[in-house]
Amino acid sequence: MLSRTADHLYWMARYTERAENTARMLDVRVQYSLMPQSELAEQQGWRTMLGVSELQSQFDAKYGTLSQKEVLDFMVRDPDNPSSIANCLRAARENARAVRGSLTTEVWETNNTTWLTLQQHLKSRMFETHPGKFLEWVKYRSHMSRGVTLGTMFQDEAFNFIRLGTFLERADNTARILDVKFRFLDADAIRADAQLEFYYLAALLRSVSAFETYRKVYRDAITVNRVAELLILQPKMPRSLIACMCAVVANLQEVRNDLSQETERLAEKLYGELQSAQIGNILQEGLHPYLTRFLASIAELGNGIGRDFLLPVAPELPEEAPEEAPAQGQTQTQTQTQTQTQTQAG
Amino acid sequence: MPNFYDEMYSTTATVRPHYTAFAEWLAQQAPQVIEQKRAEAELNFQRVGITFAVYGDNAGKERLIPFDIIPRVINAAEWNRLQAGLVQRVTALNRFLHDVYHDQAILKAGVIPREQVLNNAQYRPAMQGVKLPSDIYAHIAGVDIVRAGEGEFYVLEDNLRVPSGVSYMLENRKMMMRLFPDLFAKNRVAPVDHYPDLLLDNLRSVAPPSVDNPTVVVLTPGMYNSAYFEHAFLAQQMGVALVQGQDLYVRDNTVWMRSTRGPQRVDVIYRRIDDDYLDPRAFRPESTLGVPGLLDAVRAGRVGLANAIGTGVADDKSIYPFVPDMIEFYLGEKPILNNVPTYQCRKKDQLQYTLDNLSELVVKEVHGAGGYGMLIGPASTRAEIEAFRERLLAKPEGYIAQPTLALSACPTFVEAGIAPRHIDLRPFVLSGKSVTMVPGGLTRVALKEGSLVVNSSQGGGTKDTWILEN
Repeated sequence: MLSRTADHLYWMARYTERAENTARMLDVRVQYSLMPQSELAEQQGWRTMLGVSELQSQFDAKYGTLSQKEVLDFMVRDPDNPSSIANCLRAARENARAVRGSLTTEVWETNNTTWLTLQQHLKSRMFETHPGKFLEWVKYRSHMSRGVTLGTMFQDEAFNFIRLGTFLERADNTARILDVKFRFLDADAIRADAQLEFYYLAALLRSVSAFETYRKVYRDAITVNRVAELLILQPKMPRSLIACMCAVVANLQEVRNDLSQETERLAEKLYGELQSAQIGNILQEGLHPYLTRFLASIAELGNGIGRDFLLPVAPELPEEAPEEAPAQGQTQTQTQTQTQTQTQAG
Repeated sequence: MPNFYDEMYSTTATVRPHYTAFAEWLAQQAPQVIEQKRAEAELNFQRVGITFAVYGDNAGKERLIPFDIIPRVINAAEWNRLQAGLVQRVTALNRFLHDVYHDQAILKAGVIPREQVLNNAQYRPAMQGVKLPSDIYAHIAGVDIVRAGEGEFYVLEDNLRVPSGVSYMLENRKMMMRLFPDLFAKNRVAPVDHYPDLLLDNLRSVAPPSVDNPTVVVLTPGMYNSAYFEHAFLAQQMGVALVQGQDLYVRDNTVWMRSTRGPQRVDVIYRRIDDDYLDPRAFRPESTLGVPGLLDAVRAGRVGLANAIGTGVADDKSIYPFVPDMIEFYLGEKPILNNVPTYQCRKKDQLQYTLDNLSELVVKEVHGAGGYGMLIGPASTRAEIEAFRERLLAKPEGYIAQPTLALSACPTFVEAGIAPRHIDLRPFVLSGKSVTMVPGGLTRVALKEGSLVVNSSQGGGTKDTWILEN
C-alpha cells in the first residue's frame, strides 16, 4: 500500500483515540466536580488533567483563571491547542478524507458525520451547557469509528495500520493517565485520607472504563497496587499497557517489510518486559520512572513506524541520519510535510 | 411560449412524450414529501462528503453542489444521434492530435493555419513524434453540449485535458434511485454505473505493450483541489491507488510509487493534473504537484498517461472553429453535431463585428475555463460592456465571440416553486482501442433566473440525466 495512505490511516486512528481519551479524562473530572470539595482540590483536579498532555504552560499563558469552564474551553474547542478534542477530530477527519478511497463507505461516513455534528455541538456550545452529554458523545463516536472499522474493513494492511495507530496511541494515553494520577496520589494529604484516596482511584478506574472490571477481577478493596497492576499488566484489560502492546506487536508482524526489523524488535521487547513484570518490582522502582521509560519507548516506536513505513526516503537520496526522538513527554503529532496545500488553476 | 426550447413541455400545456411518465408521477407527489426528499438529498450529500472547493473562498472551504431532483430526460432517438455525433467528433479530434504530433498533414493541406497550432501555448513540442498506444491522446473527453433553437444540439466546448464531473453523474443517479425508487419502475432509464469499469478497461489499454497486468493509479493534486472528491471516488470505484506527485518518482525512465513494502512499478497514470504542473523538470519548475522526470518516462514509452500531454492544442477555443473541418479532413464525413458560429477576434473583420455587437454576443477568453472572464452581452450592463471592450481591444487574439444561444431549459425546483432554468450537458467519451460511452452525462443547471452560466463555481447546480431506452 502507498506509504502516504498508510500514514493517513495510522494518524486517523491515533487522533480518534486521542480525542476519546481526552474526553474520558474530562468526563471523570466533570463528574467529580459535582461532589463537595474545596476550591483548591477542584483546581488541583483540573491541573492534573492538563498535566496529562503536558499543556499547563500553554494553558496558563492563555487563560487567567483555572476552573472547569476554562479547561473545557481549552481542551474541547480551543483551535490553538493541538490536542483539543476539536483539533483531534478535525485531524482524524482530514486524514480520513485524504484516503477515503481506502476506507469502506461506512468508515468514511462515520468520521465525516462525527466532524459535521461536532460543528453543530461547538456552535451550540453544548460542551458548556451539557459537558457530560458532550463528552459521552465524543466517546461514543470513537466507539462507532472503531466498531465500523472492525465490522466492515477488509483486514489487509490498511486495517493493520489503523489498528497500529489505535493501540500505540492508547498505550501512550493510558501510561500518561497513570503517570499523572499517581503522581497526584503521592501527595501526603491524599495518602493520609483513605476516603479521598478511594475517590481518586475510582476516578482513575472510571476514566478507563475499568471500575466494574476491577471489582470483577479483584473482588476486594481498591488499592494503588492493584489498580496499577490492572492497568499495566492485565492482558485481558483492553486499555492496559500490555494489551495495547500485544496488539501493536501483532499488527507490526502483519505489515513487516525489509526495513522494519529493528522496530519490530523494540515492540517485542516492550511486550516481553510487560509479560514478565511483577507489579511489586515496578512500584519498587517507582511508577513515575517506569512510565517515563515506557513513554519514551512508545515515542521511539512511533518514530520507527514512521521511518520504516510511512515516510520512506526516496532511493536516489543518500541515507539520512535517523531522526531525533522528540523530547520525552511531548505528545507526538503528524509530520505536516505530508499535507499539500498547493492548488492549481483551472 | 418563452423564446427557448423547454425540455419538458412542447407547449405550455403539453408534456413531451418522453416526460409523460415523470410528469404524471410529479403531479401525484405531495409538496411536503418532495420538500422532505430534497432535504434528505442534501443531508446525504453532506454525509457522503460529495463536496467541491471553490478557490479563493476560505470561509466555505467545501461546498455542496446544489442537486435538483427533476431529472433531465433525453429520448432514445435524440441520444443515438448525439452519441453518433460525439463518437465522430472525438475520433476526429484524436486523429488531429496524432497528426499534429506526427506528420502535420492538416497543416500542410492548409486546412488550419500552421501558426494557430504551433504557436499555441498548449502545443507541446516535447510530444512531437512520440508513439502512443492506439495513437490515442484524449482517452477521456467531457464534451459540453447545449440545445438551442428548436432543440438542436450544439457543441460548446471539447474538454480534452482533465474534464471533471463524471462522479456527479454517478452519484446523482445513486441519489435519485435512493430517493425515488418507484420512478425507476415507471421509466426505462439506461444505467450508467458501469462507467468505472469502462474507464479501467480504457486505462489498462494505455499500458506499455510489454506489460501484462498493468498497475494503474489516479494522480491527484491533493485533497484541496476542487475535484478531489471525484479523484478519490474514481480510484476507489476502480480499485486502484490514489496517488499524489510526492508518492511517485522516476528512475531510469520508469515510474515507481513509494509503498509500505518498498517501491512498486506504475504502468498507467490517470492524471488529474494539468500539463503545466505534471513535471517540474519539463514544465513549470515551481510545481510541487508533479513528478520530476515523468515526461521522459512517457517519451520512452515506459508509462501510459491518460490523457496524453499536449491535448490542449485540440480543445483550445481558438482551434474550436476548425473542428468541423477536421471531421471532413480525417473522416470524410459531414459533422453530425453543430458548432456554434464563432468569431475569432484575432481577425480584424471579426473583431470589428464583435466590437459592434458586444451587447448581443458572448465573448470568451481563448484559454478561459470555469465560466470566469467571459462577457454575456445581453445580460451585462453598459458599464460592464465598456469595461470588457477595453480588455478585448488590449488583447484581441485572446478572445472569441459567439452569438448568445437561447439555451434550452428544464423545470427545476427554485424558491418560488418549479420554474424553467437553463441547462447544458457533459457526456463523457472514452477512447482507446474503441470509442465507448455510458448513456448519460452530467446535466448542469443555472439556478438563477435567466442565467446562462451553469458552472458550479458560479452557483450552478446539477440534475440526474436520463437516457430512456426504447
